[in-house]
Amino acid sequence: MLKFIVPFGLFALLAVFLMVGLFRDPSYVPSPLIGKPAPEFSLPSLQDAAFPVASKELLGQPWVLNVWGTWCGGCREEHDTLLTIARTKTVPIVGLNWKDDNALAQQWLRELGNPYAVVAEDRDGRVAIDWGVYGAPETFLIGPDGVVLFKHIAPMTMEVWNKEFLPRIEAARAAAGAKS
Amino acid sequence: MRACLLAVLLAFGGNALAIDAEDAFDDPVLQERYEKINRELRCLVCQNQTIADSNATLAQDLRREVRDMIAAGQTDDQIRDFMIERYGDFVLYRPRMTAGNFLLWAAPVLLLVIGAFVLVRVVRRRAQDTDLEPEGPEAGQS
Repeated sequence: MLKFIVPFGLFALLAVFLMVGLFRDPSYVPSPLIGKPAPEFSLPSLQDAAFPVASKELLGQPWVLNVWGTWCGGCREEHDTLLTIARTKTVPIVGLNWKDDNALAQQWLRELGNPYAVVAEDRDGRVAIDWGVYGAPETFLIGPDGVVLFKHIAPMTMEVWNKEFLPRIEAARAAAGAKS
Repeated sequence: MRACLLAVLLAFGGNALAIDAEDAFDDPVLQERYEKINRELRCLVCQNQTIADSNATLAQDLRREVRDMIAAGQTDDQIRDFMIERYGDFVLYRPRMTAGNFLLWAAPVLLLVIGAFVLVRVVRRRAQDTDLEPEGPEAGQS
């Protein structure tokens, strides 16, 4: 009897592994940044180059970093969702305008609406590399202590926001409140 | 003569596939290091290409990063660690052995040992079986 159970068990195990593999997205690369301090940056603001956007100033509250560009189709797709999220005033959404044209980016925000508390302009893409960005749109959640809590790669949807971001934001606020 | 020329062209033709129009370094040693590292780093947006093969903007940016780090005197390991910190082990075309994938590295040896173990047991059992039930024409003639 064992003669049949063991090979069948091994086959079933292999089948389960392959089955799971079928439904995983091979283009998704998990970020090694989760649970680590967010890379610091200080970049010129998109609207006013004299006004720097520094990640340090955001410490003490949960915030969201959204990497976008006018050349990015998925960014257009998620833009209305970002506007909706911004209207809830849950956390500040900081934009990282990645390798874009300044005038086009400003025009985009004027025409489509601006969901961002502030937009940093990463013209040469160095800050994006520091954050391990490889395909916009990407959205990071950073805790009050400056640690990266979550990363979403793909256009933002309300479902992702409610399921992945909101609970983590609440948990981070609760943890920060308990400490102080 | 013509065959000889063809052989030479084929042998060195690979270099012509490099994507950058110009060498990043005048120093051939540095240039070689630069190309070698680029051939071992994955372009994350075009996943089955190295950053040496790809002209995606991210690949260009990563090549620039590698070039700047070499120019700044960083070692190959430092550059690799820089990439791993940001993009994870997946960025490497030549995977490292880590606690997480140790089982994968050990699997061939492990399977060999298990196989040998099973083989020895099967052979022993068969030997025992033949001891108990002798076969052949001499069987039962004692």
